[in-house]
Amino acid sequence: MTGEQMSKAGTSGIIVEMAVRIATPFIQLFGMYVIAHGHYSPGGGFQGGVILGSAFILLGIAFNQEMALRYFSERVNSILGSSGALIYVGTAVVCALLGGLFLDYSALDRVLPLGPVEWRSMGIFVVELGVGLAVMSIMTSLFWDLGSGGDLEKGL
Amino acid sequence: MIFDIVAAVFIVAGLVFFALGVLGVLRFPDFFSRMHAAGKCDALAAILIILGFMVYVLKDFSGPSLLVALKIFFIAIFIFVASPTATHALVKTALLLGAKPWSRQEWLERRRQK
Repeated sequence: MTGEQMSKAGTSGIIVEMAVRIATPFIQLFGMYVIAHGHYSPGGGFQGGVILGSAFILLGIAFNQEMALRYFSERVNSILGSSGALIYVGTAVVCALLGGLFLDYSALDRVLPLGPVEWRSMGIFVVELGVGLAVMSIMTSLFWDLGSGGDLEKGL
Repeated sequence: MIFDIVAAVFIVAGLVFFALGVLGVLRFPDFFSRMHAAGKCDALAAILIILGFMVYVLKDFSGPSLLVALKIFFIAIFIFVASPTATHALVKTALLLGAKPWSRQEWLERRRQK
């Protein structure tokens, strides 16, 4: 297969582009749903993060990398991924500083008195949020680095 | 009872379409006609089976079951959009990369040469 054939096959056409335009917001909504319901039903931060990341991967495949980077730039990607990790570790450290164990959410009761049982549930949700953000940005940046052959131009 | 019967009819119809799709994938001669069988039959069969699930969930009509039915309906809409698009993208890429559609004449000639 020649390079010309490859580049011709790379233009996905209006049908795929319209389908992706229609589907992307709902994929993202579903990803947030999976993250938000992760602590009491199937799903969770990792799965929801992968779905959120796959929305951007879909944009990158159906259009091209520049188009996807315009909506979700490398800078925003790095900031979101780092803040996801920060939310995860920050919650754990705050728990430890407030007198509980590392990742012992019931210690957060001293910040906002909801009761230790409620905080154990809510704490998992906060941590899942961080995991979801981190996984989304890692999935997306993995695809961008691999899809561009390692030389991601105009990054950041 | 009537809900059970309607759900069973939908699901069995979906399974029949799945079986026809499998038959098409196994028996058709080239990539394009195989994708034709797989794409069309898969989308219709999946939607029929999902409608069957919806009718089955709505058997005891209440708020939560309505919510579940709505979620299943959204899956049906997603398949209705995504499955034909995926088939289209696959077939278009194959055509652009030079896959030749099957033709009866070429097939007859090749058989005569043997």
